[in-house]
Amino acid sequence: MLRVEDTTQQHEPVTFSAELTAKFADIVSRYPQGKQKSALLPILHLVQAEYGWLSVPAMDNVAAFLEILPIEVYEVATFYTMYFMRPQGKYVLEVCRTGPCEIVGAGKIMDYIENKLGVKEGEVTADGLFSWRGVECLAACGYAPVLQIGPEYTFYENLTEQSVDQLIGDLKAKAKN
Amino acid sequence: MGRKLLLEHINVPGINTFDVYRQKGGYRAVEKALKTLAPADIVEEVKKSGLRGRGGAGFPTGMKWSFLAKPEGVARYLVCNADESEPGTFKDRYLMTYIPHALIEGMIVSSFALGANTSYIYVRGEMMPQIRILEKAIAEAKAAGFLGKNILGTGYDLELYVQPGGGAYICGEETALLESLEGKRGNPRIKPPFPAIAGLYGCPTVVNNVESIAAVVPIINDGGEEYAKIGVGRSTGTKLISAGGNLRKPGVYEIDLGLSAEEFLYSDEYCGGIANGKRLKAVVAGGSSVPILPANLFLKTVNGEARLMSYESLADGGFVSGTMLGSGGFIAYDEDQCIVRNTWNFARFYHHESCGQCSPCREGTGWMEKVLHRLEYGHGKMSDIDLLVDVSKKIEGNTICPLGDAAAWPVASAIRHFRDEFEWHVTHAGEATTHNFGLAHYADPLPKKEESVA
Repeated sequence: MLRVEDTTQQHEPVTFSAELTAKFADIVSRYPQGKQKSALLPILHLVQAEYGWLSVPAMDNVAAFLEILPIEVYEVATFYTMYFMRPQGKYVLEVCRTGPCEIVGAGKIMDYIENKLGVKEGEVTADGLFSWRGVECLAACGYAPVLQIGPEYTFYENLTEQSVDQLIGDLKAKAKN
Repeated sequence: MGRKLLLEHINVPGINTFDVYRQKGGYRAVEKALKTLAPADIVEEVKKSGLRGRGGAGFPTGMKWSFLAKPEGVARYLVCNADESEPGTFKDRYLMTYIPHALIEGMIVSSFALGANTSYIYVRGEMMPQIRILEKAIAEAKAAGFLGKNILGTGYDLELYVQPGGGAYICGEETALLESLEGKRGNPRIKPPFPAIAGLYGCPTVVNNVESIAAVVPIINDGGEEYAKIGVGRSTGTKLISAGGNLRKPGVYEIDLGLSAEEFLYSDEYCGGIANGKRLKAVVAGGSSVPILPANLFLKTVNGEARLMSYESLADGGFVSGTMLGSGGFIAYDEDQCIVRNTWNFARFYHHESCGQCSPCREGTGWMEKVLHRLEYGHGKMSDIDLLVDVSKKIEGNTICPLGDAAAWPVASAIRHFRDEFEWHVTHAGEATTHNFGLAHYADPLPKKEESVA
């Protein structure tokens, strides 16, 4: 079942820019003729980087571009954890909560972020700047605890409460400029 | 001091660039392979090297290559599996970040050996920085004539692309990876047919791990026989071990296979022992999916022999008293760590990552997570412990892909070796979530030289 949780925003029309469409075409050229569906995951990443999440009209446009059925896009977008089916904060803090990160304090870092931002996992702060969530293994166990922030997926290692303060402060300052 | 075949130049400034990598002898293997060797010769060298797949399964790479079907007029593909997501494992991220041309060079030599003219590196989507690093490295290699049409004037053409995943551990399974690369959900395929017969787009395909492909470079430079001289028995060559958990010096280390487990764990050249003056309680030696071992069984086999970091030595004793080298994802637990909590954490991971295609895995992983959660949070019953063993047995071996086994083994092994800790969680339900009682009899006593196997 398609996980579309915010029905008020999903019907806004979306028109991809010429620049974005050119990037799509470049990706399609990497695969043999007739295998353009291979471009689906990379294209969804580009769409999400542009709009912050994947609305139904955006996914329908991707389907039209790739000449595949909309359901083929929905079933992929809902399978993979990186694609957001509803709007997020401008910055999504994704904290690794698995094994090696957990045993060196990932849980405490998640609690700290929840208190500092004042929103629960998956919720967006009132200013629209932040949301956060726990994610499964980010493959950086030697530098634990770690978090990442899309769309560039910038990585922050060996987290402490102080480094989280600094990080969130920097992002707030960046958003003002 | 172990040899460094993959990480020899890792500390050279600028080694991530083509120019510096080339100055340090990079791309010699491409020149040698394309100009002086036939594809079959390269396959033969890889066979002679004894290289075993570094992604976790440990299947001989040269043999895997020799299975590739070669019908005329049909494309063949090499796909690099860089979907690194196994808890404890972070070696491929390290290699791609700091020495990306080692992978690119390995991809060119391996693609030539397999007769592939288009190859893909499937990188987990979360590793966007590494994707950008690889794309830059590919552009540099292409500008220098090592990729594209008529490479080095030899008539060989190769296009190499990076493909981002979407965030799904299951895509590290080779057929799920191929499904994902075709733009679909990462549901594993039923085998046979194996990818060597019908892989990407139904064409013959080889899927190899990052480290396996990078290892082809020193094998071609020095010869398979030289590579096979390193190591012990059928565990040849060097291996990247990514070490995390409660260690003084976590990080990625290149070891000669056959290094003693004790030296790897305690010597300053490698992990430097346990952090904060604590004692070792348990080890996961090859990524979260392999059986966990208490300290005494990790350091010595039941026969009292020193455990070695090799495929065979770690497997000694089977799953009763041994484990697996797997991907080399090494996690150390100090005496304060709660095995029940850790097992619950891993069970949650596998439940989250099950693709849902097979009922035993889809239902069983969630069931194990729920039971472990109630044990961890003080609501468990004594019968829950055997229930977990029962569920794990009913998942193991009953799924299309190995994710079911990967989910079952951590639970079964934790109960096998730490049953009294699970029982303690039932009898001391009110204290269960303090997480730091650490049943001391599992720990490696200090000084470490005097431990004996119980």
